[in-house]
Parts: sequence; C-alpha cells; structure tokens
Amino acid sequence: MSQDPYTPPPLPKPFTNTTPPPTLLTQGAEAHLYKTIHLNTNTPAALKIRPSKPYRHPILDRRLTRQRILQEARCLVKLVREGVNVPAVLALDWEGQGGENGNGGAWLLMEWIEGLVVRVVFERWEAFIKASGGSLGEKELRREEEKVRGLMRGIGGVVGGLHKAGVIHGDLTTSNLILRTGDVDIKDGESPAMVGDVVLIDFGLAGQSSSEEDRAVDLYVLERAFGSTHPQAEKFFEEVLEGYKDSYKGAAVTLKRLQDVRMRGRKRSMIG
Amino acid sequence: MIAIGLEGSANKLGVGIMLHPDNGNPPQVLANIRHTYVSPPGEGFLPKDTARHHRAWVVKLVKKALKEAHVSVQDVDCICFTKGPGMGAPLQSVAVAARMLSLLWGKELVGVNHCVGHIEMGRLITGSTNPVVLYVSGGNTQVIAYSSQRYRIFGETLDIAVGNCLDRFARTLHISNDPAPGYNIEQLAKKGKQLVDLPYTVKGMDCSFSGILAAVDGLATTYGLGGEGKDDETDTPIPDADGNGKPTRADLCFSLQETIFSMLVETTERAMAHVGSKEVLIVGGVGCNERLQEMMGIMARDRGGSVHATDERFCIDNGIMIAQAGLLAYSTGFRTPLKDSTCTQRFRTDDVFVKWRD
Repeated sequence: MSQDPYTPPPLPKPFTNTTPPPTLLTQGAEAHLYKTIHLNTNTPAALKIRPSKPYRHPILDRRLTRQRILQEARCLVKLVREGVNVPAVLALDWEGQGGENGNGGAWLLMEWIEGLVVRVVFERWEAFIKASGGSLGEKELRREEEKVRGLMRGIGGVVGGLHKAGVIHGDLTTSNLILRTGDVDIKDGESPAMVGDVVLIDFGLAGQSSSEEDRAVDLYVLERAFGSTHPQAEKFFEEVLEGYKDSYKGAAVTLKRLQDVRMRGRKRSMIG
Repeated sequence: MIAIGLEGSANKLGVGIMLHPDNGNPPQVLANIRHTYVSPPGEGFLPKDTARHHRAWVVKLVKKALKEAHVSVQDVDCICFTKGPGMGAPLQSVAVAARMLSLLWGKELVGVNHCVGHIEMGRLITGSTNPVVLYVSGGNTQVIAYSSQRYRIFGETLDIAVGNCLDRFARTLHISNDPAPGYNIEQLAKKGKQLVDLPYTVKGMDCSFSGILAAVDGLATTYGLGGEGKDDETDTPIPDADGNGKPTRADLCFSLQETIFSMLVETTERAMAHVGSKEVLIVGGVGCNERLQEMMGIMARDRGGSVHATDERFCIDNGIMIAQAGLLAYSTGFRTPLKDSTCTQRFRTDDVFVKWRD
C-alpha cells in the first residue's frame, strides 16, 4: 500500500496564475474547496473544483461532471434571484479543459461567505454550557436558550425560503449552514454570538423539485443531523419548524408529510 | 475448532470445512466445494428447480467435503448454515439438511447471515482489518462499514441488485449461464468500444439499477440484438460520419458495465470519505469482475489507499464463508437452538450483533 502524502490534482487554468495561490480548505469525495480571490486581492471567493475521475469512462465522466456543476450553479442562481441567502455564482467552467494536461476539472467560483459554520457555533455553545456546569443563573440560562431558539428560527427561515423557491438542498446538515457574522474570533469558554443571517452552502446534491416528499425528506435529514451531532440543541428543533412555517406558506403540507417520513421505519428489507 | 458451513441461498450449493486451531494459528480452509445449478440461456434459475438441485446434491457434497478435509464427524464442533437473506425454497432445503446433520450427529447449529459470511471471509483472505466493504452479488448491493459491533449499511440498491441487472441483461442477449452470466458479459464487454448513453442513477448514497436495465434492454430491442441465434460475429458496426455506428452486443455490455460500476465506485468513495477509511474490500459474486476491481483500484489509489478483492473461490457464494462467520460467532458462545433454526428471505446485514470484533 502506498503511503505517499496526498497531492491534490493540479488547479485548472486561470487559477494557476493567481497570487497568492488558492488554499485548499476541504477535500470531499466529489470536489475540492479552495479559498481564492476574485478580480482584486481584497475580494475573497470560494472555488469548488470537481476533478475528473480517472476510473470513469471519459465520456461518462464529462457528462456527469457537466451535469452536476451546472445543476449546482442553476440552483444557486435561481436562489439568489429569489432572495434566498446563498453564495452568488461568479464564474464557472463545466468543461474543465483549463488544466495543464487539459483535465484540471470543472470549477465553480462563488461569493465568499464570511462567518462561522453553524456546526461550530453549536459545538462552542455546547462546550460553553458544559464548562459552566450548571453555575448559570436561571436568567442567564433563559437568555442562552433564547439565543439558540433565535438561531434555530433563522435556520428554519432560510430553509423555508429555499423550499419556496422550489429547490431541494439534498444534504442539509449544520456543516452546510454558515452564520454570517463579524464575530468570528470568539475565545474558548465564551458563549458564541448567534446573531446574523444564516446562509446555505454546498448545493452539490441539490435539485429543483416541487414534491412535498422531497421537501419533507430535506427537513428530516436536518432533524437527524441535529440528533446525531448536537444532542443538546436538538430539543429546540421545534423552533426550526416554526421559522420554516413563517417563511414558507406551503409549510403545513410539508410538515404533515414530515410526520409520515419520521414514522417510516428503516428501509424495507432488500432481497433480489 | 472445526465447523462445517452449508450455503444455498441462490443457485450455488456450497459446503466448506473450516479449522480454527486452538493454539491461535491462522484459520485453515480444509475443504471448500461447490456445485452450481446452471439454467439454460435466456432463463434464470427458478426457486423450485434450484431447491430440487440443492436437495439432490447436499448429501454428496457433505460426504465429499469430509473426505477432502480428512476429518471425521467426531472432529466437527458445529454446523453452520445460511439463515438468510436469499431465495426461500433453496434456503429451506439447505436449512433442513443442516438440521438433519445436527440431529444425526448431535452437533450444535449456528445460523449465519449470508452477507456477514462474505465480509468475514473477505477479511480473512485479504487480511484487511477495517475496510469499507462493497458487497455486490446477484441478490445484494450494499456499501458497508463497521462501527460499534455492527456492519452498518451506508448505501444500497433501491431496487434490484447489480448482479441481477447483469444476469437479466445476459438473458436478454441469450448469453450462456455457464459458468456465470456475469462472467460471460465481462468477456464480451472486453470487445466493446463505443459507450452508449445510459441513465446514471445515484441518489445520495443509494443506487438504482432497474431503470438502467430497462434502458439497455430497450436499446437491444431497437438494434435487434436481443433473442436467440445472435453472436458477436454476425453484427459488425457500421460507423457513421461521427464514428458512432449501430452499437454491437459487446458495446452494450461494455456500456452497461462502465455505467453501473461507476455508480458503485462513486458511492464507495463517498463512504470512504465519510468514515475516513483508506481500504476497500470487494466481496460477492460481482466482485470477481476485473473491470470493477480495476476501477476501484484507481479510485483507491487516488485517495492514497488500496483495494482488496478475492478470487472466485471466495467471492462467489461458498460454504467456507458460512463456516468462517459461523465459527467466529460460535467461539463467542452464539448458538441457534433447533426450534429457532429457521431461515428467512429478508435478513439485514446490520441486524447481526458482531460480538467477535472490538
């Protein structure tokens, strides 16, 4: 087994000349996310590259990459037009022929969202509650809870706006939500601020759909994500649904469907 | 400890004898024999015919296995059988045989999950410790990762299994079922060059194959490639201006493989990224396919990992894997009392409590 350190594939063309060079933030199964700049050095931007997959037949690979990056960009453009908080699309190349060897990968350049990932906000909050060890007075405790409720409503609000625009996210977790705030550098042991707009990111699995089933599954995925990553905050999930109701008129039908989705057991047993 | 494993969840009847030495030496395969029920071209295997085949052969195979392994009945500790999942009638006939042996010889029974059998045998043969497992066969398609005493299913097929998709397309083309329809498709696909457009259906971590089968069947009909009496020589492609002509049977097999295997590699890669594993283990009958192994190898290499696969002795359904998984469970004290020695068509991989791993 080779133990070579992983080297990301070469950057596609205009980005080979960027100074400073884009910095790799995360590597998923599908895409690499870089932080780079747009037009001038003061405007940061997020660059998502979908490298070509050498295991796939080249025709199939090009077809899938093109389909997916366009799908993502179309969803984002539509949502920006509808006024939903998502990063704006700045540029994209679905052919990905710009690399040194002609296959650097299709890319999508997006507006940079400054802020904290909601997962981190909740993690810090849970750490803060744990560290305070019940020393908080009733009034402070209520204030803390009120903050969480507010953020939860904000999350519900943005998800409602998304569904109102006819888009399904497909992978709603707290890692794909950013709290746009100036207050990024909070010291450990302090309760994080929870004010600011909630912005949805990563539309890699998104699609346009008007079925209530898809919307209900979207909410269910989010609910499960809270259950598994933020057990402390899970009890306020009702607030997400409240925020959702406020921002989306068709919420009643979706929430009714959500009941059914929750009641469904595990997937049916699979044979032949 | 010595265990006999009986497997008959589909058209293969397998008997294996496994030895786990008491001094902690590596386990030894004492015997691993198989007899396959092969149906004529254009047909699948029906449960009743398959069950009849298993009933007719099981005693012969057990006798032969004992002889090959040079063990006597006294040496055997337990009798392991496939409890499920699989086809009802074949499972039943093998379960009856296992019960009969248990009563006749006074040995304990151990009911084994077929999927867990595949995983444990793959781990034993390849020595890979904690891989993401892709289990692909005629009846199952699952991406599995181990976590706290369960083999958890990360993604799976939403309808038919990948092997079923290949087998049924072999039926459409009237390709021989001997030694296996999937093997013959693989050989034919090596001659294919032109990639035809087929649906690509990955939904999150799950895959769907029935629509692809319908699409490729439709193409075979459109181009008159289905049915009897066609072979590869009779249809030569006539390329048009773009170099794309009427696809051949080989092209369809090639395109089908490329499409469905890409889907499998994609979901496996997602599971690897999610659990942070660098090893992949491919098990199940379709796991013999060298193109699938190759594609998985390229993906794993790009992630700085490696792929493990076994050959047809252990990939295709066999008795030894049932003995292996059964013996692991037996050594932790697991027993299947006679009254519970039933079998079931539906038995989820994550229903099994894996007591023998940390």
